[in-house]
Amino acid sequence: MDLRLSEEQQQFADSLRRWIEKDYTFEARLKIIRSDAGVSQPAYAALTELGALALAVPEEAGGMGGSSEDLMIVMKEIGRGLVVEPYFATILAAEFFKQAGAHKPILERVAAGDMKLACALNEKGAGHELFNIGLAARQDGAGYVLNGAKCSVVHGGQADGFVVSVRTGGGQRDRDGITLVHVPRAAQGLTVTDFRTFDGQRGADLAFADVRVPASAVVGQAGQGWDILEAVTDYGVALLCAEAVGAIEQANALTLDYLKTRKQFGVPIGTFQVLQHRMADMYIHQEQARSIAVLAAVKVQTAAPDERRKLVSAAKVRVGKALQFVGQQAIQMHGGMGMTNEMSISHYFKRLTAIEMTLGNTDFHRSRFISQPGFAAV
Amino acid sequence: MDLEYKEEDLRFRAEVQAFFRENLPKELSDKVRARRHLKREDAVRWHKILAKKGWIAPGWPRQYGGTGWSAMQRHIWAEEYALAYAPPTLSFGLNLLAPVLLGFASEEQKQHYLPRIYDAEDWWCQGYSEPGAGSDLASLKTRAVRQGDHYIVDGQKTWTTLGQHADMIFCLVRTSAQGPRQQGISFLLIDMKTPGITVRPIITLDEAHEVNEVFFDNVKVPVANLIGEENKGWTYAKYLLGHERTGIAAIGNSKRELKVLKRRAAKARVDGKPLLQEPQFAARVADVEIELMALEMTALGLVADGARSKIGPEASLLKIEGTQISQEISQLQLESAGPTGLAFDPAYLDGRTEHAVNGDDDAAPLAAHYFNLRKITIFGGSNEVQRNVISKMILGL
Ligand SMILES: Cc1cc2nc3c(=O)[nH]c(=O)nc-3n(C[C@H](O)[C@H](O)[C@H](O)COP(=O)(O)OP(=O)(O)OC[C@H]3O[C@@H](n4cnc5c(N)ncnc54)[C@H](O)[C@@H]3O)c2cc1C
Repeated sequence: MDLRLSEEQQQFADSLRRWIEKDYTFEARLKIIRSDAGVSQPAYAALTELGALALAVPEEAGGMGGSSEDLMIVMKEIGRGLVVEPYFATILAAEFFKQAGAHKPILERVAAGDMKLACALNEKGAGHELFNIGLAARQDGAGYVLNGAKCSVVHGGQADGFVVSVRTGGGQRDRDGITLVHVPRAAQGLTVTDFRTFDGQRGADLAFADVRVPASAVVGQAGQGWDILEAVTDYGVALLCAEAVGAIEQANALTLDYLKTRKQFGVPIGTFQVLQHRMADMYIHQEQARSIAVLAAVKVQTAAPDERRKLVSAAKVRVGKALQFVGQQAIQMHGGMGMTNEMSISHYFKRLTAIEMTLGNTDFHRSRFISQPGFAAV
Repeated sequence: MDLEYKEEDLRFRAEVQAFFRENLPKELSDKVRARRHLKREDAVRWHKILAKKGWIAPGWPRQYGGTGWSAMQRHIWAEEYALAYAPPTLSFGLNLLAPVLLGFASEEQKQHYLPRIYDAEDWWCQGYSEPGAGSDLASLKTRAVRQGDHYIVDGQKTWTTLGQHADMIFCLVRTSAQGPRQQGISFLLIDMKTPGITVRPIITLDEAHEVNEVFFDNVKVPVANLIGEENKGWTYAKYLLGHERTGIAAIGNSKRELKVLKRRAAKARVDGKPLLQEPQFAARVADVEIELMALEMTALGLVADGARSKIGPEASLLKIEGTQISQEISQLQLESAGPTGLAFDPAYLDGRTEHAVNGDDDAAPLAAHYFNLRKITIFGGSNEVQRNVISKMILGL
């Protein structure tokens, strides 16, 4: 076993961190999230330049074919720097094309940084269940006609194209009859409502009114999209956990620093034992979250599906516990300062809360963990 | 032991309910229910309705307009108040300053200020905290130097809730640097329109403007605005903080929010069933409901314990538990929204648009509410400080 990063991985992480510390400071980020666009094209170009997009794309499509471990390293820095650019949405959507082994031109454009993507998987009333799909796709000749809606599409308003989960057969909550299709932003009949999300990112609702897509738009196999959908979103969960760990580490660093500098009763507040123990617990949460996030990220693409589900859900549960404790206590120990929108700590708390609500929350993944075949075998 | 409400208490509850049904404007309760930001006019309008009825200041002595209600009646009132979705009253004047005036002010000061609080002529805010003086309030630095019949005030207050609307601020100021820090503090009333006062907004993490910084630069305040004796302000301040803490338990509010939570979770589906029947979520809802039941009994115990007007260190227990319960409920409410809860829509929350941008008016305010409520374990004496109070004052540690 070797738990260290390779030299290349370390270099990659370092260059990303240097860029964030220099060009993506908290103040720069505040400007971006308060702009009308809510994201920054130059920042996205910089991420492309650094190779972060190419890393997510296979070599045959002009990328660098990075592993999930490599992407974990990127996401951790993104979490530490609270980067709000549509990076995760794009690479997660790209992963669908990658796993389906098709749509090379799209992947080429993703690697080059001139195509952003988003995953339209959520529906109102479905909670965190991604198989709970009402968006209907009726077969029409060789293609499909889509009618219905998707909600809470992360960075949907900034995307040039979407991977959309639709129902081509079966009942509302069946795993069979799910199809994944690529829908370009410019498709006739598609309405995109862009809005802010509370963590400084953007989200969108999508409405489909007789949106036509050709048979070639199908990602993977018609009616059998669930396996890929689950595999790709598991990959996404592993990466989100890595992002959360980066944000937790930074939130802890900021809080530790505050405990050492903020004085009340003539002493740094870090001399109060109750806060020392709280901070110690935050540190323990960080280490536990980091360990299980590494486990999930390293194995998510190689483990058999049962094992993968178990590891990924375990990671989301443990990281979820950590991010709630760290986020809430970081604010608490900052006192009134933690309540202000000008302090970066409150933005870490908000991003961590959003991660908890993305791709299944703690309760959802705990249930999933319990329902895996191995759990009850004693 | 008799745990049932008495006949007269039930009659009182019915009377209160009828009052809210007939007098609380629907626009106002709708706003509270939808958690949209209230405006100054909203608060004043409701205040005047209550004042007309004679129910604006239940805690005051009868001669100044109090209701003479028993502690039990006040408990019932607070509960029905929350359940009716009534806007909060102007608490700084009514519940925090008034007891200090009643306890320590001159007759002339009482005659002047109490009726104006009663009629909502003055909007009060609280000038205690400073950038360097939070939990350690006695380290405050804002200076008041006596010059003839005036004090000259210099310094800065912060976290001043709703100071942007205020006509008056009650402040703790340093009038002496001699002796122990607590003994050089005075309690001063200051007109916010006095030259030299600047109010600057602080935007909180839910992107609301609720708190402010207040700067004093050479501000002239008549000595007649001093409450009680010079350098004795700390005694009055501590007295006031006891009053602040009981309100923060917010049991009625939590009961209401628990109902909201259950209604939402009964509608939301997971695994084809109501979210409220999802075992893990249900367990968490049950846990918080049980905590609330216990806290209500604890609070009723303190209430029934007598017409004790003095609030002891037990208030810290109510504050710690009450705030944790409120926060947990708000978190469960947010979770009940699933991924739709991610949307953030300040225009809707401010009442500039009729519907939320993602069409889910019900879920739209939940995140902001969750973030905003992080404050309740920080202010009014942080929960850590409350635990210090319990361990010292009750446990003798
Ligand atoms: C939304 C909001 C509204 C407010 N409204 C008003 C208002 O209207 N008027 C007003 O005067 N003030 C107001 N306050 C101020 C509030 O009372 C203070 O924030 C509070 O007293 C804490 O002080 P602080 O923020 O300086 O935190 P600090 O005192 O710096 O505390 C930081 C952390 O250290 C902990 N800590 C401090 N001392 C100890 C100790 N001895 N033992 C263990 N832990 C300790 C605290 O619990 C906290 O977790 C408001 C605050 C907020 C957030």
